[in-house]
Amino acid sequence: MVNWHRLANPKLFLTWSRRVLPWAAVITALLLAVGLYLSLFVAPPDYQQGDTVRIMFVHVPSAWMALFTYTVMAGASAAGLIWKSPLSHLTAKAAAPIGASFTLLALATGALWGQPMWGTWWVWDARLTSVLILFFLYLGYMAIWQAIDDYTRAAKSAAILALVGFVNVPIIKFSVDWWNTLHQPASVLRLDGPSIHPTLLTPLFVMIAAFTGYFIVLLLIRLEREILARQAQTLRRAQARG
Amino acid sequence: MRAPATLSFTGKNLTCTRGDTTVFTDLDFDVDPGEALIVRGVNGSGKSSLLRMAAGFLAPTEGELRREGDLIAKDPENHFTRLHYLGHLNALKPAFTVLENLEFWRRLFSGSTRSTGIKTDARALDRLGLSAIADMPTHYLSAGQRRRLALARLLAVARPLWLLDEPTSSLDDAGSETLVQLISEHLSTGGMVIAAVHGELAVPDCKTIVLGSEPPVS
Amino acid sequence: MLVVVFFVLTVTLFPLGVGPEASVLRRIAPGVIWVSALLAAMLSLDRLFQVDFEDGSLDQLALAPLPLELVAAAKCLAHWLSTGLPLLVISPLLGILLNLSGEAYGTLLLAMAIGTPSLSLVGAIGAALTVGIRRGGVLLSLLVLPLYIPVLIFGVGAIDAALVGLGGNAHLLVLAAILLIALPLAPWAVAGALRLNLE
Repeated sequence: MVNWHRLANPKLFLTWSRRVLPWAAVITALLLAVGLYLSLFVAPPDYQQGDTVRIMFVHVPSAWMALFTYTVMAGASAAGLIWKSPLSHLTAKAAAPIGASFTLLALATGALWGQPMWGTWWVWDARLTSVLILFFLYLGYMAIWQAIDDYTRAAKSAAILALVGFVNVPIIKFSVDWWNTLHQPASVLRLDGPSIHPTLLTPLFVMIAAFTGYFIVLLLIRLEREILARQAQTLRRAQARG
Repeated sequence: MRAPATLSFTGKNLTCTRGDTTVFTDLDFDVDPGEALIVRGVNGSGKSSLLRMAAGFLAPTEGELRREGDLIAKDPENHFTRLHYLGHLNALKPAFTVLENLEFWRRLFSGSTRSTGIKTDARALDRLGLSAIADMPTHYLSAGQRRRLALARLLAVARPLWLLDEPTSSLDDAGSETLVQLISEHLSTGGMVIAAVHGELAVPDCKTIVLGSEPPVS
Repeated sequence: MLVVVFFVLTVTLFPLGVGPEASVLRRIAPGVIWVSALLAAMLSLDRLFQVDFEDGSLDQLALAPLPLELVAAAKCLAHWLSTGLPLLVISPLLGILLNLSGEAYGTLLLAMAIGTPSLSLVGAIGAALTVGIRRGGVLLSLLVLPLYIPVLIFGVGAIDAALVGLGGNAHLLVLAAILLIALPLAPWAVAGALRLNLE
């Protein structure tokens, strides 16, 4: 059994994470290999979209991770504010750039998909628009960490922002969806929809699992780095004071 | 055995870290009603941090603050409403007159109506020698006059604990003398004062603590 | 009042940018008015708590018997009275400048009346978070503008709906719902952010 409370202690976390990391990395690599094989070679091309449909196997997991990471961030922030556990804020901080990257990946793959499908790189599709706004929320969160020098203040300010953003995400999502149905161009091929063939679903789920594993691996590495960076900083300050 | 809860204000084993810097460690203090505590120390030794900590603005990294035996961290609002904090900044709005500034804070602090407090304001301004300029916007005041106005707040609303950070800054000799008198009067009515000072502040019979005997190497 | 001038000036830029064609202007009028209102409301936010932080008033406000949440709510109200309300009053005039059709004015006013308080409330969170940050204004816009999007969408939606004769009630209700969510939550978040600045 993992004792979660004791994991909140940075030192114990480091020993734990170093033991888990290789396994997580191996599992992720396997999942990714299987997922890529299934999605590139096994999954049939779409009768309408042809091979372009394969972008979905990157796009959908990225979009999923974009939301998932924000949830992790908000959860960690809430934990940091309520229980003041030292690792929570660092977890949120470490997760943000990963989430932002997934969001960017979702946007880029969305645009790549849009080009052959719609004949244009960018369409103000509801999902793409929401993801774009989510990207801005990530940028704001990262910017506030950057802007405040004092660690405690930065951590708490960022945590408040993450929670405010979290409350807003569904509202933004709802309003953008609504806005899109009003302004929707005549024939838009949705990026999702009921038309997903079952043979496409298996690779999709494997890819989602692989992306989640990748997120965990990255998060562990970044978190370890954040902890060490903070310890190094504290040591240097202490040294400077003699 | 622990003494029964007294009216005192105490700090135990206080450690203060700002960012990653430790400002002071293992600091103890103890102020009883009618007592003044003078905090001395070189620049950067943490006098201001100690006062902000005493006010409850800054949570101690380690250690605890108790007011009348109760942990301040448990109910900071109760502590807030029983103290005056005078920092480096005077909290004055330049567009408002001297009287308006005082009245605003007095009413906000005490919730009292205009009619009952107006005499208090006048008396406070009189004590600080500001009666003549009561209707002047604070924008036109000198630094010393602004400091006096900030001090007038201590009189306009009675609160038992005064936390004064460099209260004499920009005050002239007469102003400093008035301040010493105000502190003495406050103490004689059972009040408590913690003041961080750099120069002289001739408060009789006060405790003193000195922070950071050695200046930190930069 | 500078905010109002900014509002009018921004709206004036649009005909200069897209051309004076009445039909085009009428089409984009609701969006132009709302986007300009958003920017105008944001413009005055960075001074909302900054001045109190710089002159020490924030410390004193914390010492008052009044809960900081109420102080925050009062600040939001003050911001709305000095920003949202003037924008609301001037917006019909801008509607005329942009050839907005007659039947939309009632909805425009209502949408502004329900929507702008949310701008003040949500904006105050950003203002409180960026207090004491150098060049906080730019950061403030990055934090606040994405959160303003729902108000923008439904504010414009209400007017558009009124224009096509559907009536903007549904959208106004959503705006009201957003306000009802922001009303209790924003002062709480603002007070939390302000407490960080006491340290």
